[in-house]
Amino acid sequence: MEITKDDVKKIASLSKLEFTDQELEKFTKQLEDIMNMSHQLSKINTDGVKPTINVTDAVNIMREDVAEKGVDRSELMKNVPEHEDGFIKVPAIIDEGEDNE
Amino acid sequence: MDYLKNDLTSLHQMLVNKELSASELMQATFDGIAKREPQIDAFLAMNKDEALKQAAAIDQRGIDADNVLDGIPVGIKDNMVTKGLTTTAASKMLENFNPIYTATAVERLENAGMVVAGKLNLDEFAMGSSTETSAFKKTKNAWDQTKVPGGSSGGPAAAVASGELIAALGSDTGGSIRQPAAFNGVVGFKPTYGRVSRYGLIAFSSSLDQIGPMTRNVKDNALMLNAIAGQDKHDFTTSPREVPDFTSKIGKDIKGMHIGVPKEFMDVDLQPEVREVVQNAIKTFESLGATVDEISLPHSLNGIQVYYIVATSEASSNLQRYDGIRYGFRAKDVKNLEDVYVRSRSEGFGDEVKRRIMLGTFSLSSGLYDEFFGKATKVRTLICNEFDNVFKDYDLILGPTTTTAAFGFGEKTDDPIAMYMNDLLTIPMNLAGVPAMSIPGGFTKDGLPVGIHLVAPRFDEETLYQAGYAFEQATDFHNQIPTIGGQN
Amino acid sequence: MNFETTIGLEVHIEMQTKSKAYSPAPVVYGAEPNTNTNVIDWAYPGVLPEVNKGVLEYGMRAAMALNCEIEQDLHFDRKNYFYPDNPKAYQITQKDTPIAHDGWLEIELEDGTKKKIGIEEMHVEEDAGKNTHNPNGYSYVDLNRQGTPLIEIVSKPDLHSADEAYAYLSRLRQIIKFTGISDVKMEQGSMRADVNVSVRPIGSDKPGVRTEMKNLNSLDHVRKGIEYEEKRQRGILLKGGEIEQETRRFDEPTGTTVLMRSKEEANDYRYFPEPDLPTYHISNEWIEEVRKSIPEMPDKRRERYINEWGIPAYDAKVLTQTKEMSDFYEATVAHGGDPKLASNWLMGEVNAYLNDKQIELGDTALTPEHLATMIQLIKDGTISSKIAKKVFKEIITNDTEPKAWVEEKGMVQLSDPAKLQPIIDEVLDNNQQSIEDFKNGKDRAFGFLVGNIMKQTRGKANPKVVNKLLTESLKSR
Repeated sequence: MEITKDDVKKIASLSKLEFTDQELEKFTKQLEDIMNMSHQLSKINTDGVKPTINVTDAVNIMREDVAEKGVDRSELMKNVPEHEDGFIKVPAIIDEGEDNE
Repeated sequence: MDYLKNDLTSLHQMLVNKELSASELMQATFDGIAKREPQIDAFLAMNKDEALKQAAAIDQRGIDADNVLDGIPVGIKDNMVTKGLTTTAASKMLENFNPIYTATAVERLENAGMVVAGKLNLDEFAMGSSTETSAFKKTKNAWDQTKVPGGSSGGPAAAVASGELIAALGSDTGGSIRQPAAFNGVVGFKPTYGRVSRYGLIAFSSSLDQIGPMTRNVKDNALMLNAIAGQDKHDFTTSPREVPDFTSKIGKDIKGMHIGVPKEFMDVDLQPEVREVVQNAIKTFESLGATVDEISLPHSLNGIQVYYIVATSEASSNLQRYDGIRYGFRAKDVKNLEDVYVRSRSEGFGDEVKRRIMLGTFSLSSGLYDEFFGKATKVRTLICNEFDNVFKDYDLILGPTTTTAAFGFGEKTDDPIAMYMNDLLTIPMNLAGVPAMSIPGGFTKDGLPVGIHLVAPRFDEETLYQAGYAFEQATDFHNQIPTIGGQN
Repeated sequence: MNFETTIGLEVHIEMQTKSKAYSPAPVVYGAEPNTNTNVIDWAYPGVLPEVNKGVLEYGMRAAMALNCEIEQDLHFDRKNYFYPDNPKAYQITQKDTPIAHDGWLEIELEDGTKKKIGIEEMHVEEDAGKNTHNPNGYSYVDLNRQGTPLIEIVSKPDLHSADEAYAYLSRLRQIIKFTGISDVKMEQGSMRADVNVSVRPIGSDKPGVRTEMKNLNSLDHVRKGIEYEEKRQRGILLKGGEIEQETRRFDEPTGTTVLMRSKEEANDYRYFPEPDLPTYHISNEWIEEVRKSIPEMPDKRRERYINEWGIPAYDAKVLTQTKEMSDFYEATVAHGGDPKLASNWLMGEVNAYLNDKQIELGDTALTPEHLATMIQLIKDGTISSKIAKKVFKEIITNDTEPKAWVEEKGMVQLSDPAKLQPIIDEVLDNNQQSIEDFKNGKDRAFGFLVGNIMKQTRGKANPKVVNKLLTESLKSR
């Protein structure tokens, strides 16, 4: 399969990453090579085979609905780059078009 | 006291007999590290003050004679969070990250009396096979400092091999414990998926990651696993089944054991000396009374393709939380939210991490999911089934851990696929979730260690240790000592 | 050209479990920012989700109340998108295996027509935190709400008008309230609706192109938004234009909808199965256990009130409008209150009081026990209906035991004939003229005598007993 610079740009945007033109050039080639390696799987017949999502033998592991006090806010704030009045502070959103759910 | 001449049991005996105090042991450990570290560069953080304090407290209360790990220093791969001790995953993204909780596996070692001496280097976010993608330093192979230590648990492997530490915890997603163990001539163990809690392990690939011990011999390894294994209420993928004593079969003979050697693993392009090591190992096992047959795992070598889809897909999602908002690196002079995301991530992550995030995002993106992620998870099923089938007739699988011994710095950094091929023989076990161990199996003519790879059915770690111990007793490779900076 | 409208509703309801969906942090409203959170809610490196059993059970309750089939083999999925109130940058949801599917509810329109509306599926997931934009160019993030369990209920395309959508949402809200899993308050955000609207010419075999309005938080907005979209889309079609598939926002001040995001800008959520969690199996035993824990639904209660207690259909409907009212009513009866009288009081005085004060039953001091006692006092003649009004006022404003109170205040009716007869005799003795008038057919004289007796007893005489005794006494004179 062929991967174009535009494909890579689209994927970069979904991944919230950006690349210089030079990097883009290099990445496009590398991604294409790796994706082509992976694409060899298409030759394997998997008709009727179920996907494996994980390999744990655990099933139905649940926690009883009991609340535990939250972690001390000042502890949580320790690693926050910017915070104010108990809120995490972040430069504002320009695009309002995201889901809020 | 010398880690290279002791094991956990003998050290414990010295502590119990008061030939050595925990404080003296700790001080000697840091002295040894100070001596070797300039050549090895295995540590990202030292916990010296705190560790000495804890050792003194242990001396105060007295060594627990029933607890072989009590008062023993341990090293932790720096992708397991440790409260109050910087945890970086070898990434600029987490350069100053100060965790507010401790990983379950580490906590269990501490509960057993072990003291964390420091945090050990790795490939950034455990993504790599040479520890060269670390944002901070290049760890050297204990046997030849011009060679890579392997990865991603290069720090733990080199620290244990060089005698800086007697034991360390690593993590293994596609071979990250076993490959560096092989490159450094130590024992590296990847437990069954679900055996050890991943809580506090900075996630790379959730369905593949597993924490395991790295030690200089098999029994020490089993003793470490005893301490960390078992269900955790913070990791819902840990197995509810009871944890056996992993040393229980150690010392039992292996007469009549059925061992299979996959022809696929021997048919790949192996370094001749690696092939020789495996062939010798087969002879050793036969001489110990095991029967060794050629078997087949037809899709096992497709594991690498499955892996680079599944692991990167999960990673692309797991690493989205590094957004410069709640912790970790935030780029300077950001103007708006998009800037915070894109610049923090682009400046905070290294190339290999970005490459894998991109691959994973690609594999999951709309229109490509079925062709990539969907297909890979189905082939994964085929691989799981093949292991199940083999284990109907065989107790263990034997093969090489790696195709070559340690390579030089920079040899593969520009060729991702060549680098990825390092994990060709270790990846299938992560995909199937089966336990696997690399133990010292011999040396190349240049004196570089070569590992042999043993694999058991899910949750049969005891048999793995039994066979590994039997092999160890029959050989002398684990007693060899590397030369570091011209000294033994 | 005539058009037909099709509406799809995706309703998010916050479930009131004690702890969050995938972390043990408490589910609490209105707390100080970031005080009910933990490392899981913050998506700290190394944390893993911890599924709350209560969330699956609440989901099952909703499923049963809405006649759905429960999916017995489940896993969770990740939905990936970046946003500051979404710390993992993915939401743990159920895409491949929603907890339930193929259910229905019945709506009743203003004109009394009933219609079954299908439910496509419902799944459990987690809410995001809250992001507050500030004009200073910053957003402020509070993660208290992060991880609050949600159930998303997706309707089948069976709704064809704003009125039907309105009725569906009212009914859904009522049923969910009865299950006890949520307070379903739209104005407070514990119930939110995403609305899809499409319009096509009648007879067309192609489905219309739909637009979506997200996060509507009042029934009124839903109705107005749909009506506006219908009009807008018809207008475009009539002019020969084409509808664009897009996300629109309902703009409250103007009552219109405005473009938010076109299809091209739509996110690629890269859903995949959550690898940090095992799979789940809901056994038949577990289903039965949960079924037993579900409160009786309004329709069942309605039937029971009509059949067992002889309550008129209309009254039974009003009494089952909310679980609060219905539970209160049943508790009143259980405490010995006459079902019909209890119904009359709740429908009459109690509702009037609540409407007047604009409050809910739970905000008053009234208890089922007190109401039952008061009804008993009326029934056995201890108090008059006039006095009862005073008692009612007391027991709905203060937590007062009515029997003790009427005794203490001397409000008990005089019903004992032995005590009333001498008073009646005295009044008759003093009013010979009235006896004459009565015998001559002047009915007013009877009233005059009763008035006198009431005056003598300072209003406490039981009018029924007085009537009876006076009639007899007059006969004997």
